[in-house]
Amino acid sequence: MPSLIDLALEGRQVAEQRPWPRTIVEFPVWNFAADQLAEGAWSLSGLWGEPSAVHMALVDEETAQAAVISLACPNRSFPSVGRRHPPALRLERTIRDLFGVEAMGPPDARPWLDHQRWGTRFPLGAPAVPGDPSPYPFLPVEGDSLHQIAVGPVHAGIIEPGHFRFTAGGETVVRLEQRLGYTHKGVEGLMAGADLTRAAQLAGRVSGDSTVAYALAFARAAEAALGIDAPARAIWLGALMAELERLANHLGDIGAICNDASFALMLAHCSVLREDVLRAADTAFGHRLMRDVIVPGGVARDLAADGAAAIRAVVATIRRRFPALVELYDNTASLQDRTVGTGVLTPALARHYAAGGYIGRASGRAFDARRSLAYAPYDDLQFDVPVLTEGDVNARVWVRIREVEQSLSLVEQILDRLPGGALLAPLEASANAGEGMAIVEGFRGDVLAWLRVAGGRIERCHLRDPSWFQWPLLEAAIEGNIVADFPLCNKSFNCSYSGHDL
Amino acid sequence: MRRLLLPSLLRRPLTEAAPAPDDAALREIAAAVDAAARRRLGRSLSIREVDAGSCNGCELEIHALNNPYYDVERFGIRFVASPRHADVLLVTGPVTKNMREALQRTYDATPGPKWVVALGDCARDGGCFAGSYAVAGGASEVVPVDLHIPGCPPPPLQILRGLLALLEQVDRGAKAG
Ligand code: SF4
Repeated sequence: MPSLIDLALEGRQVAEQRPWPRTIVEFPVWNFAADQLAEGAWSLSGLWGEPSAVHMALVDEETAQAAVISLACPNRSFPSVGRRHPPALRLERTIRDLFGVEAMGPPDARPWLDHQRWGTRFPLGAPAVPGDPSPYPFLPVEGDSLHQIAVGPVHAGIIEPGHFRFTAGGETVVRLEQRLGYTHKGVEGLMAGADLTRAAQLAGRVSGDSTVAYALAFARAAEAALGIDAPARAIWLGALMAELERLANHLGDIGAICNDASFALMLAHCSVLREDVLRAADTAFGHRLMRDVIVPGGVARDLAADGAAAIRAVVATIRRRFPALVELYDNTASLQDRTVGTGVLTPALARHYAAGGYIGRASGRAFDARRSLAYAPYDDLQFDVPVLTEGDVNARVWVRIREVEQSLSLVEQILDRLPGGALLAPLEASANAGEGMAIVEGFRGDVLAWLRVAGGRIERCHLRDPSWFQWPLLEAAIEGNIVADFPLCNKSFNCSYSGHDL
Repeated sequence: MRRLLLPSLLRRPLTEAAPAPDDAALREIAAAVDAAARRRLGRSLSIREVDAGSCNGCELEIHALNNPYYDVERFGIRFVASPRHADVLLVTGPVTKNMREALQRTYDATPGPKWVVALGDCARDGGCFAGSYAVAGGASEVVPVDLHIPGCPPPPLQILRGLLALLEQVDRGAKAG
């Protein structure tokens, strides 16, 4: 198997990208990389555009290497990766919608984020006047006694907007087709030209439930681009916030999944624990979701004087209460009846799509950026990465349960060993230019941030939510399940709409 | 399960005391709730939440209103599944151009009397997403807004105080009528 380093030697290296290499390649190497993805040698971690270039982020899980290859597109087209490797398809449709750079020969040339409502086409490329609106062509379905159920974009619960089109034979889902993009806010457009402060705020608002993970990914990428290092205390506080965010979300999800199986008692108890975590976060960092605390160069504020005590108290509470909830989950037959064997995602598909987070880890894919890429301070902390192979709703619940336990331990380790010292490295940004990339493990999976800075401003920033490689798998996992189990499966995935739509 | 239920019976409830309604909110909505509407609603409000393009942060805190600490149903405030059952639309996020029509249609599907509460800094004026090619602006770009609850996201207690102010107006009128 070729290594990513060999690949990087095949092209012209861009000197200023850190910490991983970026190489400008020609068609054959681009196609070779797509073939390697299809064969499973590497994982696709991102595919994004610029007005006349496309970039592809690759990760080699075995050697813990990452690399970016770029292809110049003077003719506004590039060889489709999705044709060889379907996980790239929606990303290519997005590149066309935003930049007008076309993938050649993709099996799916429909628009994706562009719903023909922006009043312009290719807003980040060479903007063009849109044609007359035409209806979105959903995939045709043929067969006896099939019916369709269209749901959304406004759903029945307090959730984000998206459209789901079910084709069902009786009760059973034959196909689910998603249509997303409703929450597209044009974040990458707003990023261009923004100073680092504003850009960091935008990054922290890409997906509210992962505001810490995004702020962290953005800050690390910006620091890499500027060639500075955040001080040790900031790095450890960042990890502390990331683990609190993971705890809050996993606790909320475990309760909500059980609630979607009509077991409200778990929701009540788990939502109390979640609230306890948010209150501790508020005490410790001045904001319940810990928003805008991590910034390029470090952290904007220190742990409050009573913060450590508040966090230790909530860890103790969860340690006391959570085991009984786990036992209840495990021993309630009516609940297990709904979650076991429901919404199965096969390990092969999870690997093919490089599905991150609990979705991948419940289907045998052991990738966790904290372990696999071993960024600080996780290289210095003890924790397990729980992996199951069943791939059903139950497995996704169990991975979350085990991760709650790991995060509790991580929080304690961080508090025990929190280094002192400065909070913020000075940014002499205006003089510097550079490119940086970071991959950070959010609660949902790995978030990728890539950016180019010049004169203290963002030239181009791309943020890739883990949901990009998870949403398509929900379409596969729901097949053959009953329509009524969709909310349960959907919640067990808990993909981000806003993070995906950007 | 007994191991969970029994201690719950013996523990003192977690639920917080009711907060005072928000003064600023009270002033803002005083005009929007007239006596006739108050008579019809009594002391209850059915809310339909509409995410018009939020980052999902506002949704997290709206969800928190249902946890035992805030237990919003004790005030007669209920989240409903359909706009046709709703008195109030609780709108979050900058209204994206891709969601504009869906918000308008949800509003049109809500029977009168109805109120619109714009929740979060984005719903006020687009927040940090204002000016994007993909964003129409705040909720008032599309539907008439009766009350704003600021914050990014507003914490649950703040949301509760805003909603109580609305409820207070409704209730006061019901008694007067
Ligand atoms: S106000 Fe803040 S939390 Fe709410 S949608 Fe906007 S950015 Fe997200």
